[in-house]
Amino acid sequence: MNIIVCIKQVPETTEVRINPETNTLIREGVKSIINPFDMYAIEEAVRLKEKFGGKVSVLTMGPPQAEAALREAISMGADEGVLVCDRAFAGSDTWATSYTLSGAIRKLGAFDLILCGKQASDGDTAQVGPGISAHLDIPQVTYVKKIEEVKEKSMRVERMLEEGYEVIETPLPAVLTVVKEINEPRIPSLKGMMRAKQAKITFLTQKELALDPQQLGLAGSPTQVVKIFTPPQRTGGEMLKGEIPEIAEKLAELLRSEIP
Amino acid sequence: MPIQIIIEKCTGCSLCVKACPFDAIRVMDKKAVIDLNKCNLCGACVPACKFKAVLLEKPQNTAVPCAEELKSYKGIWVFIEQKKGKVQPVAYELLGKAQELARSLNCQVSGVFIGHGLQDQLDELIWHGADNIYLVEAPELANFQDEPYTNVIVELIRKYKPEIFLCGATAIGRSLISRVAIQIKTGLTADCTALDIDPERKILLQTRPAFGGNIMATIISPNYRPQMATVRHKVMQPMQPDKHRKGKIIRESFDPALYASRTRLLDIIEEVESLINLAEADIIVSGGRGMGGPENFKLLEELAHVLDAAVGSSRAAVDAGWMPYSHQVGQTGRTVAPKIYIACGISGQIQHLVGMQSSKIIIAINKDPDAPIFKVATYGIVGDLFQIVPALTKKFKEVLRK
Repeated sequence: MNIIVCIKQVPETTEVRINPETNTLIREGVKSIINPFDMYAIEEAVRLKEKFGGKVSVLTMGPPQAEAALREAISMGADEGVLVCDRAFAGSDTWATSYTLSGAIRKLGAFDLILCGKQASDGDTAQVGPGISAHLDIPQVTYVKKIEEVKEKSMRVERMLEEGYEVIETPLPAVLTVVKEINEPRIPSLKGMMRAKQAKITFLTQKELALDPQQLGLAGSPTQVVKIFTPPQRTGGEMLKGEIPEIAEKLAELLRSEIP
Repeated sequence: MPIQIIIEKCTGCSLCVKACPFDAIRVMDKKAVIDLNKCNLCGACVPACKFKAVLLEKPQNTAVPCAEELKSYKGIWVFIEQKKGKVQPVAYELLGKAQELARSLNCQVSGVFIGHGLQDQLDELIWHGADNIYLVEAPELANFQDEPYTNVIVELIRKYKPEIFLCGATAIGRSLISRVAIQIKTGLTADCTALDIDPERKILLQTRPAFGGNIMATIISPNYRPQMATVRHKVMQPMQPDKHRKGKIIRESFDPALYASRTRLLDIIEEVESLINLAEADIIVSGGRGMGGPENFKLLEELAHVLDAAVGSSRAAVDAGWMPYSHQVGQTGRTVAPKIYIACGISGQIQHLVGMQSSKIIIAINKDPDAPIFKVATYGIVGDLFQIVPALTKKFKEVLRK
């Protein structure tokens, strides 16, 4: 089974601040990691490979330093890393990103499955996974919490909804986006880390992909960010002191006023 | 020639004719013919063709549509999400918001209602703000599936050209609309918490949290239509139902080929313990590491029962195996914004806070007075939750006479 895992490098903490003068993100001093949701996608791909054989390719689009994320994925058991990297892709929104990634996927050749995390922890859009499947015109199943059964040309999976889950059968190739419940990502082995260090990362630029320049980067992105601001921070309120019955009385009053 | 029909493959089905926004394709002698004077190489016909009979060579100019073209898009549409035929609350919230936006644009609000046997809820939708309902019913459409629902919405958008399209930021909504936006080639903003109309440019200002709510971004799609957004649950207000409101029902049906799905829904399993949906709950009672063990979550369930609340959990309690993942609130779980969030034995790591800090009122109970949760709590109680929670349950029961 040939699997492509699409990952994103994101800032480690969610405590990102903006520079009020330039209105840009302050990324200095913030460590970059693999998007936490993508870790489950990588792990699931490696588990499928261990069970059924095949190859796991990890794909990302980003600046040259995103190479580190690919090497980390290789240390967990992926076979190869592909970095889609070109100034021409800068400023891509989810439309242009999924267009570019699907172009790179076509270049990588035959595959059975594409795995993505359900969303990235910086943008939180959850749009690129379905976007890739729409561009490639293959089926998608989002929020997958379990792969129940794998057959030659199809797969049965559980898809998480708000109040339970659906059991869905999808033909392959398909795109699955996965949630945390699907597995527990492994800690890379020493051997894995050695391998990752030596692994060759393939760089793909617009020259190799030859995508429609009108659909790339800023020019190819329908959405534009017009304003970025920090919301008013929540501040601590009142500490309720005294005996428990008093506190309960006070909260009961609050409840009556809030919930008619 | 940049675009051509591969005659051998064309069956004359006319799907491309319907897809063409420029009225540039005709079927003559059972084959599609493209009028190159009208065609602007937008490529809408390429994915529409089920037989791969349209060949579009690398489009040189798929640039932005002209202002006149943009102006032909009118009205605000709301995707009416239904499960088992029942309209989901977020749809009413969006109709309320759409009515408010429609006043600034002087346009109508329409619901897009897809499923089977939906007849009995049409009035309710009209009373809540729908001026029109585009109703597409077929047995194959009874339950949500990504592909057929995408096909139907794409067809409706191409035919009726709405200016704005809103959808709940639910599991279904986020999955579906992402696919639609790609096919239409338009902008989509996920998970909005505020929507406004720019008074001068008359475009949709879409504001959403990013980086776990630490940053807000306002996003526009000035050159593409419809302007699409998914909107969080519980953020917008439904309007007071008005039983005198009148609305128009527009029934549509499409080629059954569009209703086909490559994925197959085999079963829908409802999980009893999460019957009260976290995303829709007005009150959430949540527990963390301080609960000490799975058996103690009973205390929270009792409190939740009295309040008709949902039970949530921090990541620590899920990772310890005390609660199922479907209850996890926070960065790697769900984002919630109830009226009241009661955090019991949750220290308040940033990863938890980003998932619940937009709650209206936060009540925190923790034995550690320095727990970070108190920095965001509206009301903080330092003490033993094993005494406080049962006392609250008892008191609330009296007050609510349950």
